[in-house]
Formats: sequence, structure tokens, C-alpha cells
Amino acid sequence: MNMAAKRPALAQSARLSPEPEAAESDVFLEIRDVCKRFGDFSALADISLTIERGSFVCFLGPSGCGKTTLLRSIAGLERQSSGRIVQDGRDISNLPPSQRDFGIVFQSYSLFPNLTVNANVGYGLVNQGLPKAEIAKRVQELLELVHLPTSGRKYPAALSGGEQQRVALARALAMQPGLLLLDEPLSALDAKVRVDLRHEMKDLQRRLGVTTVMVTHDQEEALALADIVVVMSKGKIEQVGTPMEVYSRPQSAFVADFVGHMNLLRGRIGADGSVRIGEQALSLDTAQVPDRASEVLVSFRPEDVVFRGLEETAENRFLGYVESIDFLGSFSRARVRVDGFEGEAFDADLSANILRDFGISEGSTLPFSLPRDRLCVYPGDERTAGGRAQPAAEAGA
Amino acid sequence: MGTVAQTFGRIAGFAAVATLAIGIEAAAAREKITVYTAVEPEELTGFAEAFEADNPDYEIQWVRDSTGVITAKLLAEGENSPADIVWGLAATSLLMMADRGLLEGYAPAGVDKLSPALMDKQSPPRWVGQRAWVASLCVNTYEAEAKGLPMPTSWQDLLKPVYKGHIVMPNPASSGTGFLDVSSWMQIWGEDMAWSYMDGLHENIGIYTHSGSAPCKMAGRGEYPIGVSFAYKGAQLKSDGAPVAVIAPSEGLGWDLESFGIMKTAKNKAGAKAFADWSVTEKANRMYNEAYAVVAMPGIAKPVDNFPENIQDKMIDNDFGWAAENRKRILEEWEKRYGSKSAPK
Amino acid sequence: MSAADSTAFAGRAPIDGGRLVSTLGLLAGVGLLIVFVAAPLATIFIKSLQDDFGAYVGLANFAKYFSSAGLIQSIFNSVEIALVVTVLACLLAFGYAYALTRTCMPGRGLFRAIAMIPILAPSLLSAIALIYLFGNQGMIKGLLFGNSIYGPIGIVLGITFYVFPHVLMIMVTALSTADARLYEAAEAMGTSRWRAFWTITIPGARYGLISAGFVVFTLTITDFGVPKVIGGNFNVLATDIYKQVVGQQSFSMGAVVGLILLFPAIISFSVDRIVRRKQVAQLSARAVPYVPVPNKTRDRAFLAFCSLVAVFLIGIIGTAVFASLVTYWPYNLTLSLVHYDFNAIDPNGWASFTNSLEMAAWTAVIGTSVIFLGAYFVEKSDGLPFARGLLHMLAMIPMAVPGLVLGLAYVFFFSNPLNPLSGFYGTMAILVLSTVVHFYTVSHLSFVTALKQVDREFEAVSASLKVPAYKTMWRVHVPICLPLIIDVAIYLFLNAMTTVSAAVFLYAPDTKLASIAVLNMDDVGDQAPAAAMAIMIVLTSVCVKLVQVVATGSLLRRTSVWRRRDGH
Repeated sequence: MNMAAKRPALAQSARLSPEPEAAESDVFLEIRDVCKRFGDFSALADISLTIERGSFVCFLGPSGCGKTTLLRSIAGLERQSSGRIVQDGRDISNLPPSQRDFGIVFQSYSLFPNLTVNANVGYGLVNQGLPKAEIAKRVQELLELVHLPTSGRKYPAALSGGEQQRVALARALAMQPGLLLLDEPLSALDAKVRVDLRHEMKDLQRRLGVTTVMVTHDQEEALALADIVVVMSKGKIEQVGTPMEVYSRPQSAFVADFVGHMNLLRGRIGADGSVRIGEQALSLDTAQVPDRASEVLVSFRPEDVVFRGLEETAENRFLGYVESIDFLGSFSRARVRVDGFEGEAFDADLSANILRDFGISEGSTLPFSLPRDRLCVYPGDERTAGGRAQPAAEAGA
Repeated sequence: MGTVAQTFGRIAGFAAVATLAIGIEAAAAREKITVYTAVEPEELTGFAEAFEADNPDYEIQWVRDSTGVITAKLLAEGENSPADIVWGLAATSLLMMADRGLLEGYAPAGVDKLSPALMDKQSPPRWVGQRAWVASLCVNTYEAEAKGLPMPTSWQDLLKPVYKGHIVMPNPASSGTGFLDVSSWMQIWGEDMAWSYMDGLHENIGIYTHSGSAPCKMAGRGEYPIGVSFAYKGAQLKSDGAPVAVIAPSEGLGWDLESFGIMKTAKNKAGAKAFADWSVTEKANRMYNEAYAVVAMPGIAKPVDNFPENIQDKMIDNDFGWAAENRKRILEEWEKRYGSKSAPK
Repeated sequence: MSAADSTAFAGRAPIDGGRLVSTLGLLAGVGLLIVFVAAPLATIFIKSLQDDFGAYVGLANFAKYFSSAGLIQSIFNSVEIALVVTVLACLLAFGYAYALTRTCMPGRGLFRAIAMIPILAPSLLSAIALIYLFGNQGMIKGLLFGNSIYGPIGIVLGITFYVFPHVLMIMVTALSTADARLYEAAEAMGTSRWRAFWTITIPGARYGLISAGFVVFTLTITDFGVPKVIGGNFNVLATDIYKQVVGQQSFSMGAVVGLILLFPAIISFSVDRIVRRKQVAQLSARAVPYVPVPNKTRDRAFLAFCSLVAVFLIGIIGTAVFASLVTYWPYNLTLSLVHYDFNAIDPNGWASFTNSLEMAAWTAVIGTSVIFLGAYFVEKSDGLPFARGLLHMLAMIPMAVPGLVLGLAYVFFFSNPLNPLSGFYGTMAILVLSTVVHFYTVSHLSFVTALKQVDREFEAVSASLKVPAYKTMWRVHVPICLPLIIDVAIYLFLNAMTTVSAAVFLYAPDTKLASIAVLNMDDVGDQAPAAAMAIMIVLTSVCVKLVQVVATGSLLRRTSVWRRRDGH
């Protein structure tokens, strides 16, 4: 497959070997101070971002966060109100889409319904005036690449959703673009197909080494696919980092809440600098404590709550009352309430083992601890990511 | 996909060929003379054929409508009119056009053989009369008998209640015949009496028609037994076997001159002049006479079949100048009085 | 493929022709509509403020108009006729549409086809036929009990015939959107049919009813053919405008009547737009389609009703055919083709008919292309939102402009020798243009609706593939919309064959149309040849319709592979 040879070594090294030696990073796309306003509404507020050659970047955020607007600005389908975009050393800020260098895949597949799969994939090639034989050969290669070698003569309507999206992918790659843009490509598909295609896309991107930007609102998809996740909210970038960084070290309450499942409990910083939830003081890394906030949110993930091997002296050890348990297959999620937390409840994940070993059921009371290195504290008291905000605590606030 | 492209390709090709063909045709074709006329449509083909036989370089392009329409068209188009010559239109209308400076003076070869009373007084004349068409009544004898209607012999007869709803008359605004009726009644009786006559007549009228020939044709079909129309139409219908009698009312008959005049803005002025020259020939006048009893060339007219006898004697002494000057005023008054007659009961 | 290859490949990216084309196209569209819609209409306003010699006289023409009792009477007459026709046509069409959509009456397909007949004929045809039926020598004039057909009765009957299919289509659409679940719920609660009709059927169809009402009202008040032929001395606005211009030679007053005629048309147009928007919103709701169950009494009653209407519709056409074949009505009933010998009857003869064919063909080809492109630029071009909005707005105007007013506007605008476009005057081109403009809005809206349903991202995809948007339009949008393109072409063709109103002021000696010939021949009292020419128009329309059915059928068969909707 000679197509894959296009950007071979580069792609492998650029993002996947974060050793300090490779610090002379190879910036492929640079977004500088990009703003986009629709009337009074600011869809993008001063976005700056660099994307390295060969990396797979996901823009992640809830609908209306500006991720699609940013993608379309990169493609030239929207014109930014201000700011610059540089791709591969070329300032493309004011170029129309046709003079930029990208392939694009949309949620709706956007295949031309009246053209066969072959004609769809070869659409751009035909316009380049390439010889027919060469077009046919390349189209066939592309279809093999997306595992549809025999579907060339079919019309899109005869294909399943997943197959159509593969064709769209092949079409987007046909012109060997420097940049592949994916606008929620998996959102219209069934859950099972979505996961399969996700793997294939990741594999394909690795093999071709094409720099890829994908927009998604599905954090699981973003974490599974991306080298770099860009979390966005309200037209701003909240955090840029590897999936691991974003998941384990969210830099804001929004990211914490939006990426993965996160408990956010209202707390207060006392005069002595200690953090309390209700009457209970927590011990945590001092670096975590914001300087000048009194209202804070204390966060930790459900899987970080520790039940096993607790000693009496363990840090942040409390007694919890299990209100309810949701069975979720390989584990169960319990709703836990703690005396002295001023009514704040949280979720804790319990493996089947623990449930069995400790004989936990609804109504049980048992000790647990919150490891200090797993706790994060964010200023403010607003649980912003929406959707999962817990019912406001009756007391306090 | 391919077929769509092919289809459009074919259409484009067809269009190109068609354009080319039209171009070639135009180059090879005889020169067109655009003639505006109010002459009855069925006569036009004969005139065109006769003229074209004598002038093979030209081809006549008729624009035919009722007098009012043609006049309106000419006045509206003014100097942008495509007309080369106006031919067979009421002298009253040509006078109005001459007043607006739309007509060019031209003395056709042989115009001196025509009766000088029947053309423009200026020299060269801006309009030249061809033949007179004369008001008459068409009465459906079959329906009249069936409905017990006595045969009218005068305009005044038409006021009798027995005719209520049985008379049809052309609207003078659109029809030259309609206008010459109104203008003749005014010249016979004076304006006031004419208006009160029309007030009475209005009560008996079924409908007013757009054209002057329609009332006679309606009478022929018996749709309305009595039509105020002109002699030629009645005579022709009668010759064709329609059960109509053509009656010349005793008080006198309105008439107007079918006349021609060359447009100042004519694009084919040579053609217009050729047609004008032909139109004053004896041959043309004999053709006029086939349908009309009074023609511009004295001494050649023969009686026309089924025409009322001695129709010339009943023609009033018509003052075209007065008619042209007052046309607009009269029509406005007419419209005010009778234009919006509510539904006939 | 080597790296060198790929660079060369990328280097060959064409300049952005697509955007240039769409910008130019958009501007050209706006320019065309300004010249052929906005500017001529503006001249009507100007002309209404001038006397017949072009001097400014302020509102004197309006003052004169409103001081003429006769002219004011026309307004009342027009409104009266329009109201009566609206009520009559809506009631008939509602019953007919109800039978088609909500009953198991036999022969629904046939009845639907019969109801479309009037669309194939010029409006004058119904009036001529009515005279043969109910005139003073009419075959069944006894049915009028001594009333005259010349006047309001004739106008109402004639226009009802002519507007029937238009109303019916709206009513059928409105009644087709019923949600079966509502009726099931009503039945479950023991609601009577009568109550269900008033509480579910009528409210569900109310937008359709209102919309239909306004459409009829506008069509009626602006129709010229029927009152011209059968109106007798009953004046209406549409015939007034003709009389003012033609009879009284007063173009200024014509302009005034034109503006007055514009007034109700604009109001009903606006209401219709608002109502349709709501109807669309209602349609988008998910509903289970209503499937009628047989009910003998009801179905028989509706069969009787529809048969009655169908007999009227067929009777009108049949009478016109008969009228064209009878040698000399009512005295010589031998059948002959003498009235079809147009060359002997009218100086333009058969040329009028071939002119109409030519005009209709050009209108279909040029109109469909221009309107499709206009709709494409409005819907799909990138940027220039102001120009797109303006183009769309200009495209909406023609629907509110009666044909007579448009024709008059064209006369004022194009006959002015100072206008560089005055060369158009008196040509086939101006007839084609005025007809395209006259029927622009409906075609434009159909295309816009269809293009809205085409994936919004095709332009983005083709830009990313370096294919200019116009190529994608040609290779993708046109094939997708082809059935509709054929529909619009046929719609334009049929309307061009039957239209009288705008053309009556615009035809020239060598461009006289068949529909104008019908009018002219009727004017001089040659009703039988007029009927014959009208029948020629009907025959042509029928043939074109048949061609459409065959063409669309084979097209859909050939493209059925990709037209399947179950892609995902």
C-alpha cells in the first residue's frame, strides 16, 4: 500500500514519543487568536492552539461549545472574525476552502446519492483530469483501505450507515490531503458499529500518518481515539492534553465533570487553609488548594474511592451510608451519603468482589477513604458541565 | 448522469441550429412590412396576397385588432411602434395620430385619382381614405319571428320596450363601429338629444361587445336577435346563409373611413410607401368594393350583394375633425353613463 | 506514489472558480430580477403619477379614479365575485378533496385526474363553453331560470371551473396530513363522527383552508379571461384595466387600476405566506397517516357528489369540443372541422398556435434553467448573505403581481425608447421573459424546498476535493432534482400555453399567441373558432402531460437504484 508511505516516520515519532529529545516539535497547524462572532454571540473567543504533524486531535465539548465552528474555520467553511490560521507553514486564514488542503467527513456521510461508490471516491480525482485507469486503481486501493473492496459499483443507498461512512472516509483521503477533518463522524451510527469503525479509523490514521482533527461530543470516543484532546466550553479551550492528562488531571471543574464521571462536592476553605465539606475537614496536597477562594468544589472519581485495606488512621476516612446501588455489569455504582457532609452525596464504584466480600447492599453503612492524591479542588461552586449536576444541597450555599 | 448531459447538449445544439436557421431564413426572406389594421380579419389574407403578387419583394405582417385597441397600441407605442404603416383604420384615429405628429405626409402615386374629400387636407396628405364602412342593423329574422319582434326601421324604433334585452351593441371605447354610431347620433340630433336617446337605448341593450362585428355575428346565431353593427358584416353573414336582414335605419347612418398613413418612425419606409401606392390603385379599390359599397376612387363602385339599397344616400355628412377632437370626452362621458351597467336583469 | 508525484498533484489545484461563479451568478440573478421585476413595476408607480403625456400630476389620477362611480363599482363587483367564488370553490373542493383523502369512494384516481383538467385549458375556454350551455341560445339555459349567463353568474361559474384544481391541490395536501391517532383517540372516547369532524378534521386542515381561500380570492380578482368573455356589462377590476388602456387609451388610469389590483393580491399573498409557514411547521410533526375504512353510505354520497362535480368539469371541456365542431350554432348542427381552418379566419391563423408552442418551449427551457440557478444560488452559495436575501425576496414578488399588471409594467418599461432594453419590445423574448417572471415564484419555491433537502455539506465536500461548486451542482444537484426540474418545466410550458393576461399587452404581429387568438376571435364574435383554438391548446397540454408521465416514469425507473430512501 504505497499511500501509507506518504508521511511514514514522521507520523510515528511526532506525537507518540514524548521524549525530551524530540522537543523540536513539528507544528503542522497553528491557530492564533481566532475569534468568531455571530452578532453579539461569541462562538469562538481567542482560540490559540498548535497541532503537531501526524497527530490525532479531538475537539471535545458539549453542543454549542464552538468545536464545530473551530473545525469549519480550519476548513474555511466559516470565516473567522479575527485571528490567523497557519497550515504547514502557509497562512490559510483568508483562503477559500478549495484552496486549502484538507479532506472532510461529516456526520451525515454526505455521499452523492446519484453516484456509485467508485464515482464518489474518485470524484475529486476525475476533476483533476487523471487518466481513467489510474483513477480506477487508486479508488480500488482506497476502498481496500476502508475494507470495502467489492462495493465500488453500488450506490450509497445500498450500503449500511457504517459502510457509507467508510466510503466517505475513502473519499476524504482520495486527494491525499495534509489534514483530515472529521465532524462527528460516528455520531449517526449504532453503538456497535461505532466502536468497530472507531478502531479502524484509529488504525488507518496511524498507518497513513495524516494529521487528523475530529470533533465529537462523546468523551469516550475522544479518549479512545485522540493523541491530544482539546476540551472546549462556551467558545473557549478549557484544557489541551493527552487523554490520560485530561482524564486524570482535569484543569477545571468543567473538564473534570465533562470528561469521565466525576464527583463534585461543595466545600469551603477555612482561615487556616484547610478544606472542609460541611463539618468534615479533608487533608489534601497543599498545591491543590487555590489561594484565594472560599467556595470550592472538591472532586474525585467514583473509581478512586477506596474501601479495601482501610486502617483506622487512614487519611480522609469517613463512614458512608449506601443509599442506592445501580448494577452496571462489571461493576456497580453506589450512591453514598456521609454524615457531616451537609447533605452532599457522591458516587462510588464498587467491583463485584467488593460487593460480595463486604456484603454491601442498599442501606449498608461502611467506612471508606478518599486518597489525598486523588482529590482535586476547584474554585467556585458552580458545577458547570451540565447534565449530571447533582441536586443542589439543601444546606449551605 | 450522462443522459442528462446529453439531453442538455442536444437542446443546446438544437438551439444553435434553430438560431442559425432563423438567421438564414431571415436573410432569404422577403422584406417584411408591419401593418397595423382594424380591417375584418377574414379579408386580410386576400389583401396581402394581392399586394404581394404585385410586389414580390415584400411580405405583409398584419397586426389586427379592433379600432380602439389598435389606436391605443399606436398611441402608447408612439415613436417606438414597430408599425411601418397604419392601414384600414378609422380616419378619426388617424387624425389623432396626425395631431401627435406620428404620421408622415406622403402622396402615393396616383392619389390624385381619389376623391379629395376622403383624405387629409394637408399636402402631402398624412392620411388617405380607402373606403367607408357604414353603420347598419343586423336582425335575425328567424328569432325575431319566434319572439314576436317587429322589424325595426329606424334608430328610434330601438327604444321600444318590446326590444328590451334583445339588442346588442359594440362598446364605442373599443370599437370603431360603436364610436361612429355614437358620433353619428350626435351629429344627427345634437349632443343632448343623442345622450337622452342612448339613455333610453341603454335600457334595451343586452350587452355591449368589444368589437363592431360581434353584434352582427351574435344576431346571426340568434344569441341576441338585433345587433347594432355595420353593413358589410351583415351582408356577408346573409350571403353565408345566416338568417339575418341588414337594415339601414331611416334617420341616417354613421360611417367612418378606413384609411392609411405612413408612420414617421417606419423602419421599412420603402415598403410602407409601396403598400401605400398599391392601396390607391384601381385594383385595390375594386377589392375594397367587394365588401364595401363606398370606396375612395370615384366611379368604380358596384353594388354589393345583400347591402341595404341606396346606403350612400343615408350616410350622414360626417365631420371627422369634430369626432377626433371630441372622441376622448365623449368616451369618458359614455363610460360614466353606461360603462358599469350592473348585471342585466 | 512518490513524494514528488504528490507535490505535483497538489500544485495542480485549480483557482477557486467555484466561488467566483456563484458570486457572479448571484449578482446576475439579482440584476436580472431587478431589471425584469422591480424596475418595470416601479414604472407602474411612476406612470400612475403622470398624465398620458408624461407630465407629473401627483395623485390626480387617483382622485379621478375615486370620483368615478363606475370605476368604484368595479371594486365592489370584483370583491363580490371573488368572495362568492371563494366560498363556492372552497366548499366544492373541500368536499372533493375529502372524498379523495378520507373515504373509500371508488375511482379516486380517476376523479383526481378529472379534477386537473381545467389546468390544461385557458380560462377563456370555460367562459365560451358556458355561453354554449347557458347563453340565450344555450343548450340547457333553462337551468338558469331566466337569469342571464352574461354577468356575475357566468363569471362565477367560469372562474370556479378555472380555479378548482388549484384549490383542490391545496385541500388534498391539507387533508392528507391527518394523524390517525387523533381519530383513534376520539373513537376510544366515544366521540361522534360529526364532532370529530369539527374538532379534529377542520382544525387540522385549517391552514390549508385559509391558504386555499386566499389563493382563490387572488386568482379570481386578477383573472381577466373569464369576465372578458362572459362578463357582459358587469365590470370588474381586471377588465377595467384592459378597457382603460385599450378602450380609453389612458395608460395612466391603467396604471392606477393596476395598482389597485395589486393591493388585494399583495394582502392575500402575505397572508398566504404566513399561513403556509405555519402549515409547514405542522407537517413536520410525526404522525401516523390516516387510512379511511369503507363506509357504504358515506362513500356513495361522496361518489354522487364527486360525479356531479366531474360532470361539470368534463361537461365544460366537452361543450368546448362540441362548439368547435358544430358548423353553425344553433342552426346547422352538422359536425365539421371548418372552425379549425384558422388561416381563413384570422390573419395570423395557425401561426398563433406555432408561436405558442415556440414560446412555451423557450419558457420551459429558459425559465427552468434560470429559476433553478437562482434557487441554487439563494440556497447553496457561500457568502453574500445580503444578495441571497435580496434575490429570494425579489423572487417572491411575481406571485403578488397579477399578469395584467405585469404586462402593463413591461409595456411602460420596455416600450420607452430611452430604455436600452427597448429592443426587446415586440419580440418573442419579451413574451418568454414576462411568462417566466409571471410564474417565477412557485417554481422558485419548489426548487428552494428541494435544494434544502439536499445535503448541506456537498459544497464543503466538493471544495475539499477541489471540485468547483458549479460542477457539483451539475453532477449532483441537477440529477437529484431532475424529477422536479421536469415538473417545473412542464408547469411553465402549460402556463405559457394558456396564459393571456401578461401577453395581451406584449404580443407583436409575428408573435401572437394561441391564447391571444382565442381572445381576439371571441372579441370579433367568432366563438366557434375561438373554442377550436382553445381546444388545440388543451390537446397540446394533454400531450405534454402524457410525455411528462412517460418521461418521469422512465427516469424514476432508471434511477430507482439510487433514489431508494432506505440508505440508513
